[in-house]
Amino acid sequence: MKKPVYLDNHATTPMDPRVLEAMLPYFTKMFGNAASRNHSFGWEAEEAVEKARKQIADLIGANPKEIIFTSGATESNNLAIKGVAEMYAEKGNHIITAATEHKAILDTCKKLEKEGCRVTYLPLKADGLIDLDMLREAITDKTILVTIMYANNEIGVIQPVAEIGAICKERGVLFHSDGVQAVGKIPVNVITDKIDLLSITGHKIYGPKGVGALYVRRKGPRVQLTAQMDGGGHERGMRSGTLNVPGIVGLGEACAICQKEMTAESARHRQMRDWLKNKLEAELDETFINGSMEHRLPHNLNMSFAYVEGESLLMGINDIAVSSGSACTSATLEPSYVLKALGVGDDLAHTSIRFGIGRFNTQEELEYTAKRMIEVVRKLRDLSPLYEMAKEGIDLSKVQWAAH
Amino acid sequence: MAYSDKVLDHYNNPRNVGSMDKNSPNVGTGMVGAPECGDVMKLQLMVNPDSGVIEDAKFKTFGCGSAIASSSLATEWLKGKTVDQALEIKNTDIVNELSLPPVKIHCSVLAEDAIKAAISDYKQKQSVGQAEAVTAH
Repeated sequence: MKKPVYLDNHATTPMDPRVLEAMLPYFTKMFGNAASRNHSFGWEAEEAVEKARKQIADLIGANPKEIIFTSGATESNNLAIKGVAEMYAEKGNHIITAATEHKAILDTCKKLEKEGCRVTYLPLKADGLIDLDMLREAITDKTILVTIMYANNEIGVIQPVAEIGAICKERGVLFHSDGVQAVGKIPVNVITDKIDLLSITGHKIYGPKGVGALYVRRKGPRVQLTAQMDGGGHERGMRSGTLNVPGIVGLGEACAICQKEMTAESARHRQMRDWLKNKLEAELDETFINGSMEHRLPHNLNMSFAYVEGESLLMGINDIAVSSGSACTSATLEPSYVLKALGVGDDLAHTSIRFGIGRFNTQEELEYTAKRMIEVVRKLRDLSPLYEMAKEGIDLSKVQWAAH
Repeated sequence: MAYSDKVLDHYNNPRNVGSMDKNSPNVGTGMVGAPECGDVMKLQLMVNPDSGVIEDAKFKTFGCGSAIASSSLATEWLKGKTVDQALEIKNTDIVNELSLPPVKIHCSVLAEDAIKAAISDYKQKQSVGQAEAVTAH
């Protein structure tokens, strides 16, 4: 077994060697500009791009013409939200999203608020799901867009996307979904899910970084976007810029592999994840699962280990790469806003660990991870005044803390 | 974030972990921080009432590696010092010894606060119980 063990596959995934293989010729031999219409270099590049467009479309039940290439999901999210806000400004200025969205959504919405849009941030239920009745109530005649992620990057909770899509359709509101964590991992279909715009990225599905796509519905309704990047009018005028042909080929290949292997892969990941969860729960007391277990990506586990601070836990398992919702591990020195939105107390948010299982993880790696986690949690609990107090029967919520 | 060798050493081999009888008149207990903030330190010291020398110190800490290291180091430093000498330990001494980065300075502040709180608890017990035993050094 090679160390360190990588179990942070929600952050990024290693590239599948088959993807790299497909990309390589497009760096050197077939380097043409896909927009060059008058020679074979351009034609072969364009052919490769169109093949990738179809591979991506096939994975999500779309038409290849509905796929717009971007530099990644942050750009796709920006283009979808800002593009709709500008294009449909005459119809309305209200956007609905949720508190647990990725920063690429939340910060884009905040920017639009400064520019005169009104944004509703739906609260979450304790299991991490949005309340569909609240969504229904939030929609007004000024609402132009609902943007709700398919599955959450921290807690892996899968939103009731098809129901959200149906509500949006019924009310004549566009529906965008950040599909970064879900596409390629669980079945996503823009027709049955009634999604109008869907963001995708390469590097979460064993493809390259720096390439992504935005699905833009062409009929029922035909979605229009105001371009956020001006130039040569590539990608039906929605996203100018010379296409990243090797990256696009990689994204396409990554999607094709996911489509072929998803059923078997997700079953394997679910089994591994459940093994890890059961093992940790059997060996350690006072562990808590953050978010719904039922509506969750098969490869995600987000668990709090009460009375053990997340960063010190990561320090103890330093040959295992995972992430924590602890403030100490974040740039802002605030505990996870996602866990906060679920009503998880700051004390437990500080003790949370996110495990993300990927294509190249083995059961042996998970067994090693479980063993190390159990050792380190026990060691740190021996060191924890809170664990000691809890064992003495003291209610920590009633203690007067000298906060600093 | 990269940790200094000294932080790693204290994290891997914390000194003086444990608890003392908080009801003993010779034991001072300081508990600072809050679970919501991500760090809580409990620092205890046992003072020889005749000499005023700290004979033993113990800690338990919920917090990041730097918080654990700061409190572990504090217990090392406390042993053998008089109560008054202990009050002179500054958070900057801990920062320098452990090479703490700016974002971890609050861990050292917390350790200093814990020392002060433990000593003040001890002094309070002494003044209540046997006021005459507290002599200046």
